[in-house]
Amino acid sequence: MKLLLTFSRRGEHDPGREPVIARVVKETGVLINVEKANIDSMAGEVLIDVPDADADLIRRRLEEMGVSVSVMENAVTRDEAECVDCGACISICPQRVFAFDEEWRLQVNAERCVLCGRCIRACPHGALSQQG
Amino acid sequence: MEKSLDLINARIRDGTARVVTADEMPDIVDELGEEGALEEVDVVTTGTFGAMCSSGAFFNFGHADPPIRMERVWLNDVEAYAGIAAVDAYLGATQEADTKDRPYGGAHVLEELVAGGTVELRATSRGTDCYPRRSIATELLLEDMNQAIMVNPRNSYQRYNAATNTTDRTLSTYMGTLLPRCGNVSYSGAGTLSPLSNDPEFRVIGSGVPIFLAGGEGMIVGEGTQHSAGGGFGTLMVTGDMKQMRQEFLRAAVMNGYGVTMYIGLGVPIPVLDTGIVRSTAVRDEDILTNVIDYGTPRRDRPSVATVSYADLKSGSIEIGGETVRTSSLSSYRGARAVAQELKAWIEAGKMELALPTRRIDPAKRVRPMRETAVTPRVRDIMNRQVISITEDEEIRVAAKRLLKDETNHLPVLDGNGALVGIITTYDISKAVVNDGRLRQVKDIMTRKVIKTTPDEPVDIAAQKLERNNISALPVVDATNRVVGILSAIDLGKLFGGRRRP
Repeated sequence: MKLLLTFSRRGEHDPGREPVIARVVKETGVLINVEKANIDSMAGEVLIDVPDADADLIRRRLEEMGVSVSVMENAVTRDEAECVDCGACISICPQRVFAFDEEWRLQVNAERCVLCGRCIRACPHGALSQQG
Repeated sequence: MEKSLDLINARIRDGTARVVTADEMPDIVDELGEEGALEEVDVVTTGTFGAMCSSGAFFNFGHADPPIRMERVWLNDVEAYAGIAAVDAYLGATQEADTKDRPYGGAHVLEELVAGGTVELRATSRGTDCYPRRSIATELLLEDMNQAIMVNPRNSYQRYNAATNTTDRTLSTYMGTLLPRCGNVSYSGAGTLSPLSNDPEFRVIGSGVPIFLAGGEGMIVGEGTQHSAGGGFGTLMVTGDMKQMRQEFLRAAVMNGYGVTMYIGLGVPIPVLDTGIVRSTAVRDEDILTNVIDYGTPRRDRPSVATVSYADLKSGSIEIGGETVRTSSLSSYRGARAVAQELKAWIEAGKMELALPTRRIDPAKRVRPMRETAVTPRVRDIMNRQVISITEDEEIRVAAKRLLKDETNHLPVLDGNGALVGIITTYDISKAVVNDGRLRQVKDIMTRKVIKTTPDEPVDIAAQKLERNNISALPVVDATNRVVGILSAIDLGKLFGGRRRP
């Protein structure tokens, strides 16, 4: 399951100044895969992937440490009325979210998405958007 | 054996014509042989559904009271060409509105009309004795227009070059997003279903032939603009009544960083008259080759990095220089199939009869590049030939002195053999002094990845390099990487002074 973590880095003891992810991994023994991170001087946003069974635990511990956690269920969504099944999104996606089925219909494996946003800009028909 | 068009049309009328889509034909020919396929199949339907920029429509809005001779016309703020009679205008698909915060263009207006929406017409005029009115604004539906005749100067490319990008930055092109270092390949065209690939000799595709155009019945006008069938890049000019069209087959699109275009579904029915046509309609994706072109070269003649078939492109990846590169299509193969299948259903239902060309399209014609009468300025025309340089082993202090003495900000750095190995600027030297006084030699502080140009590069391309990299000078090197000049932002100013090569 993918969790999007957001945290402040303004104060010296804000969660963004602490090794929160490393701490949670050490404490719980759950392996966390960091898929994307955007961190600047004021705030941070990190997308992590965790085993479904451990997601509640990880979420709780991170929230206790002051991190906001949201579950990303369908990171990228497709508007079927706009999509013409061209496939322009297929080769530009670093996560192989998109593929054709046997009928040349576009398939979206949203659970692989890491929210890079490339496909959203590239879609000629404005058919792709990001959750939340 | 040969079959006449009259026989095929008679079969269409009595509902006995055998119609197949072009992707079914290769297997039929394999199974029955050419003579057998000729006997069995009467019509092959083709289809393509992709970006066709060179499209648009003529409108006649009807006369207002008092009447106006429209000189400038806008539909939903997108300007249409009005240099024709009083209430006629041509709206091009790629024309963009300048008042919208997101790309919105002629294609969006055309789609809106076909979908049954209202568009706002605005027009201005200076007023004449016969047409006194000076401005008008009204809301129109497609049904309110006397005519809405789509005329697309260039549609249905026989095949199209695939695109990749060997540079280090992402390119936004009309072929979509091209990732750096050959990160992907983008292609367009329906391969085995492509209308012109099924009749590359233009035996039955020509002026007057009925077609499927965006959901309505259209017609081929003749060869399209930039038609180059001699090189395998034939095109068609087509027309159709927008009032018959459907949104499903006419969709506005925006190529990120490029602009507005329009996706159109177009299909041509091919009468199977003889074994020559059986052979040409048996074409497979494997038989249709195209080049993968490097769009990183900002010139008309871009180099090809590979030759591949549509079967390769459709497989999802191809090989370029030993690396596997993923491919994706800009045109919709699913849409192309839908076109061919609907056209097939029309003919089976007797809704469309076929016709032979009233005038043939030249299958050997080739497109020519523009004849340019003004000389495109090259870097050599404006570069500074007095190059002050330095060698990499010199001390930083020497470099600083040289920069001061010659009142320049850039020193190309040469190795012992005189080849360009780096560049240093006054900024690099200031930085070295402030940061770490122990660095002594030019090679310790120089930039090794030099952005450079060549004498015969067009000035526009060099200017783009300066702007894109936020730098103010480019060393000019010859084929052996020897510095023959330097081009600075100041030199670019010479162009505006009209200084050209005599």
